[in-house]
Amino acid sequence: MSTSTIRPQAPRFAQSTWLVAEREITMRLRSRVFLISTGILLLLVLASILIGGFTAQNSSNDTTPVAVVGAAGQSIGNGGRLDVTEVASVEAATELVRDGTVDAAIVPDGSTPLGIGILADSEVPAALVSQLSVSPPVTLLDESPTNPFITYLVSLGFGIVFFMSAMTFGSTIAQNVVEEKQTRVVEILMSAIPVQALLAGKVLGNSILAFGQIALTAVLSIIGLTILGQTDLLTGLGMPIVWFVVFFAIGFVLLASLFAATASMVSRQEDISSTTTPVTMLVMLPYFAVVFFNANPLVLTIMSYVPFSAPVGMPVRLFLGTAAWWEPLVSLAILAVTTAGTIWLASRIYQNSLLKMGARVKWREALTS
Amino acid sequence: MLEIRDVNKHYGTARVLTDVSFDVVPGRMTGFVGGNGAGKTTTMRIILGVLSSDSGTVTLGGSKVTPEDRRRFGYMPEERGLYPKMKVEEQLVYLARLHGLSVTAAKRNAGNLLEQLGLGERAGSTVESLSLGNQQRAQIAAALVHDPDVLILDEPFSGLDPLAVDVVVGVLKDRALAGTPVLFSSHQLDIVERLCDDLVIIANGSIRANGSREALRASHSTLRYELISSGDAGWLRSVPGVSVVDFDGSYALFDVDAESTAQAVLRDAIGRGDVATFAPRHPSLAQIFREVIR
Repeated sequence: MSTSTIRPQAPRFAQSTWLVAEREITMRLRSRVFLISTGILLLLVLASILIGGFTAQNSSNDTTPVAVVGAAGQSIGNGGRLDVTEVASVEAATELVRDGTVDAAIVPDGSTPLGIGILADSEVPAALVSQLSVSPPVTLLDESPTNPFITYLVSLGFGIVFFMSAMTFGSTIAQNVVEEKQTRVVEILMSAIPVQALLAGKVLGNSILAFGQIALTAVLSIIGLTILGQTDLLTGLGMPIVWFVVFFAIGFVLLASLFAATASMVSRQEDISSTTTPVTMLVMLPYFAVVFFNANPLVLTIMSYVPFSAPVGMPVRLFLGTAAWWEPLVSLAILAVTTAGTIWLASRIYQNSLLKMGARVKWREALTS
Repeated sequence: MLEIRDVNKHYGTARVLTDVSFDVVPGRMTGFVGGNGAGKTTTMRIILGVLSSDSGTVTLGGSKVTPEDRRRFGYMPEERGLYPKMKVEEQLVYLARLHGLSVTAAKRNAGNLLEQLGLGERAGSTVESLSLGNQQRAQIAAALVHDPDVLILDEPFSGLDPLAVDVVVGVLKDRALAGTPVLFSSHQLDIVERLCDDLVIIANGSIRANGSREALRASHSTLRYELISSGDAGWLRSVPGVSVVDFDGSYALFDVDAESTAQAVLRDAIGRGDVATFAPRHPSLAQIFREVIR
């Protein structure tokens, strides 16, 4: 019979947690589905960067025919990407825009800090706007309009990466929790280590994976932008990406503990959605909000402070330059406090629900008992 | 010694355990017997600390069992479960490490146990790919892999074929002989009868009988004897102090009022012809069980 010579010490909480986390990570890295879905995510990110990059490059290669009224021409400097037609008056410029001779007209406009405005026919001249906005850095520091397409793409990028990572790892946690409950291996685990260590290990393991995926995405984006020579965009995106990773790290722990807790209330894989749906909604919320409201400063401001959407909302605002330096810190603090409270609540639900087999555990039972 | 004292437990309004007290003695196998819903699993979960009791204590060697102690317990839950997609050996090593073993000790123990249980060749297979009987063996290995100080096994023999039962019994007896208190539940009373040294019978959440197998048998024996002789045993009916329970030609099963009456019957029987069998008939565990839970 195998007998260990020294009576082993019971592992400490941190060790138990790490053992659980380690198992979560190794089992996950062995899953083909996981590796493929990570690959798809990275490809999507790369593709959107390339599309974004080419759009910007195309517009910079083409020369855009514009009409310039008087002194307004000086504001645009001597960039060689404009085919400038000088006209005497705003009316003449308007005429040229209407008949299609030029795409847009740059006219004097005292109401903007630049002193110029743009006249265009039926659609926003994205190429011209992006050229104006990527010219001297001064324009970026001012409230010059960021290319709406780029804004949309950046918002969508943050939204989709958050959504996909949170969903992938959130549903993994949910499935693992139910698997342990369904196979009753949880009874053995509970007899070996504290329930809190089990929960913490699951959350930690999956958070590390999610964080790794996000960090990889971030690095890929930065490399992609560098290769494309989008240094201006990179300058604008660098900090928001770093903040996104930081926010995601904490925000995911919040979601992960919610996924684990709600999943522990059911006993079969088929029933998972009956309790995790509210959490799934919370994951989808920032994604849809940022897609629909990336041009609405009020909604973005609110989003950047609500813990569930802050990981997307705050980086977008930072990119747009509408957030003061202290705002991400405050939002991060709110997120951290919410996360701490949620972990406490989640471990309560988890502990109360793990041994209850069969029908779905009722919310009241899960929270009290 | 593992001592369970005055443990009570209720779920909502249902009282599932009432003043449950018994001992699990080191070096002995204690059988835990009771019908479905009698409270066996609940009691075991309380001993393991997986469930909390309303009142009562579980002590080991005189001091209250702490979570640290419990990490040195081995548990086999009634509803079997291991990670289906994890390899057998990997899973055992993981569980051993959760119980505090080093990687090397965990690997050594897992390897030895798998050999012992006849699972050596399947060490690298996933649990879901094993046959039910082999899954059961893996489950037993999971309870033993960290060399536990106390073993609590809920229905360890269900689902095992007779050969596998023998293998498992051998492994468990080794542990008991090495001084580990072993508590196991089963409703296969014949196995319990063969295997256990001590017996605890529970019904409706309270302990009905508790003690060594021999003591229980003695206290429930009814001075019943069995006689198989060469001639017709019908004469027994007229012996004073004898009441015949069952009779068939040369076979008779009868109760006597005293030991001396039985001896007199034996002498008489030898005088009447050859006696093939004359033996006291101990009540089987099944009989005792039926009697005490009534």
